[in-house]
Amino acid sequence: MSFNNLDTLYRQVIMDHYKNPRNRGSLSEEALTLEMNNPTCGDRIQLHLLIENDRVKEAKFEGEGCSISLASASMMTQAIKGQPVEDALKMSQYFSNMMLGKEQDQADLELGDIEALQGVAKFPARIKCATLAWKAMEKAVDQDSN
Amino acid sequence: MDVKAIRADFPLLNQEVNGHPLVYLDSSATSQKPTQVIDAINQYYRLNNSNVHRGVHTIGTRATEQYEGARERVKQFIHAQYVEEVIFTRGTTTAINLVATSYGRANLTEGDEIVITQMEHHSNLIPWQQVAKATGATLKFIPLEDDGTVTLANVEKTITQATKIVAIAHVSNVLGTINPIKEIAEVAHRNGAIVVVDGAQGVPHMKVDVQALDCDFYAFSGHKMCAPTGIGVLYGKKVWLEQMEPIEFGGEMIDFVDLYDSTWKELPWKFEGGTPIISGAVGLAAAIDYLTVIGLDQIMTYEQQLTAYAIDQLEQIDGIDIYGPKKRAGLITFNLTDVHPHDTATVLDSEGIAVRAGHHCAQPLMKWLNVTATARASFYIYNTEDDVDRFVNGLKKAKEFFGDVF
Repeated sequence: MSFNNLDTLYRQVIMDHYKNPRNRGSLSEEALTLEMNNPTCGDRIQLHLLIENDRVKEAKFEGEGCSISLASASMMTQAIKGQPVEDALKMSQYFSNMMLGKEQDQADLELGDIEALQGVAKFPARIKCATLAWKAMEKAVDQDSN
Repeated sequence: MDVKAIRADFPLLNQEVNGHPLVYLDSSATSQKPTQVIDAINQYYRLNNSNVHRGVHTIGTRATEQYEGARERVKQFIHAQYVEEVIFTRGTTTAINLVATSYGRANLTEGDEIVITQMEHHSNLIPWQQVAKATGATLKFIPLEDDGTVTLANVEKTITQATKIVAIAHVSNVLGTINPIKEIAEVAHRNGAIVVVDGAQGVPHMKVDVQALDCDFYAFSGHKMCAPTGIGVLYGKKVWLEQMEPIEFGGEMIDFVDLYDSTWKELPWKFEGGTPIISGAVGLAAAIDYLTVIGLDQIMTYEQQLTAYAIDQLEQIDGIDIYGPKKRAGLITFNLTDVHPHDTATVLDSEGIAVRAGHHCAQPLMKWLNVTATARASFYIYNTEDDVDRFVNGLKKAKEFFGDVF
C-alpha cells in the first residue's frame, strides 16, 4: 500500500515526538500555566512556562490530543526552551506563516524539529491541531507581560 | 429501496476526493441534498420570490402559498394535530432555545427540576443550564446504562413531582441510542412535567408521529434530512404555544402596534418575527416529499441493515472500540486503539472517505465514555455496502499506517 500523501503529514520525526513527547509534565507553582483547548475537536493543552529575565527558562506541557497537536507541543517546548521570549514569539510567527504555506527566511532562529510540521499546511483541517501549543505560548507570554 | 437511483439524485456524491470516489459518511452532521430539493429552491427564487403575508401582488401570494404550504407538509409529515403547532425556526438549536427561554423561564422557579440525560447534544443541554441558572431550578440527569441506554426504572426514579420539564434526544447523535419517548412522556405527564424532544437525529431517519409519542415539544433541523441549512421546526402542543410569549420581536409577528405597547399575531406567526426563512421552508417541503416517496419505514430498515453489515465487519478488526447499544440508529461511533480519531479521520480522508472526528458537541458524553474524542461514521439513504467496504478497508489502512510508524 502506498502512503505517499500521508507520509508528507506524518513524518517519522513527528511520530517520534508523539510517541516520546519531550518536556511532558508540569513545573513548580511559580511557573506560568495556561490551558487552551480546541473547542471544535476536544484537543486540550496545558502549557507551563518559567520565564526569567525575558528568557524561557523552562517549558513543559500536559494535555490530550491527536498526533499533530501533541507532537507540535513537544517540538515547541524543545525549540523555545532557553530562548529569549522575543525569539519564541518570532518562532511562533514563523510557524504560523509555515502553516499558511508562505515562503520565508528562517533568519537566525533555532527551529529544531518544528520544520517537520511543514506538511500540515497541505491538510487545512489539521492546521488548528498544529497551532494550538503555539497559541497557548503566545497567550501565556502576553499575560506575563501585562 | 433503489439506492442506485437515489444516489443519482445527489450530485455532490458524484465526485472524487483526494483521487478516490467520495464516500460520504457524515450525514448525522448534515445530509447531502437531492436535485429535487436544489431545484425547488432554485425555482422558488427564479419564479416566486417575494416577501410573505403582506402586499397584494400575485407573486407575493405565490410565495405565501408556498411558505404556508410547507407548514402544512410538515404538519402531515410529523402527524401534528394542528398546522399552527408547526413553528419554523433556524434549526433544532433555535427551536430548543425558544422552548427553554419562553416556556422555561415563565414556568420554572426555585426547587423545580429539569430532567435530562448525559447523552444530550450541547443544544439540548446548555439552554437548560441557562434556564436553571436564571430561575433557580436544578438540572437532574437520568443515569445511563453501560451500553448508553436509559431504563424506564431509572426514568421513574429520576422524574419526581418537582420535575417540570424533561428534555431528551429522540436519537443520540453519538451512541445511536433510540430513546423510548412515548414511555418517558407517560412518566413525565403522570408527574405533571412536560417533555421536550430533540429530534434532530430522529425525523430524518424514522417515522415520527408527535401525537403517538405524546411529546409536548419536538424540535428538528431540515439540513439533516435533505433540506437546506437554516430551516428547522419547533412542534409544540397548541395548549402550551398559546400561553407562551414570543422571544423575538419585530415585523411579521405583530397584531397592533402602538407607541408604547403592541400585541402579537396568533399562532404560529407570533414566534416568527422578521421575514421568515421562505426558501428554506420551500426546500424543506421538497425534502419531505422526497423522503415520503422513499418511505420512512424503508429508510429506517435500510439504515439498520447497513449499520449491522458495518458492525459485523468492524468487529473483525482487532483493536477497535465501538460505543453505544446493539439496537441503534444508522451511525457508528468508534475509536481505533492508540490512534487518535483525528488521525483516523485524516487517513480515511486521504482515501476519499468523510467521517466525523471530535467530541460531536457532546462533551459530557465523552467524559462518560472516558474518551476525549471519537470518530463517527453515519449512514443515510444514499450509502451502500460498497461504501461500508471502503470504510472498513480505510480503517485497516489507518491501523497499518499507524502500526508502521509506531
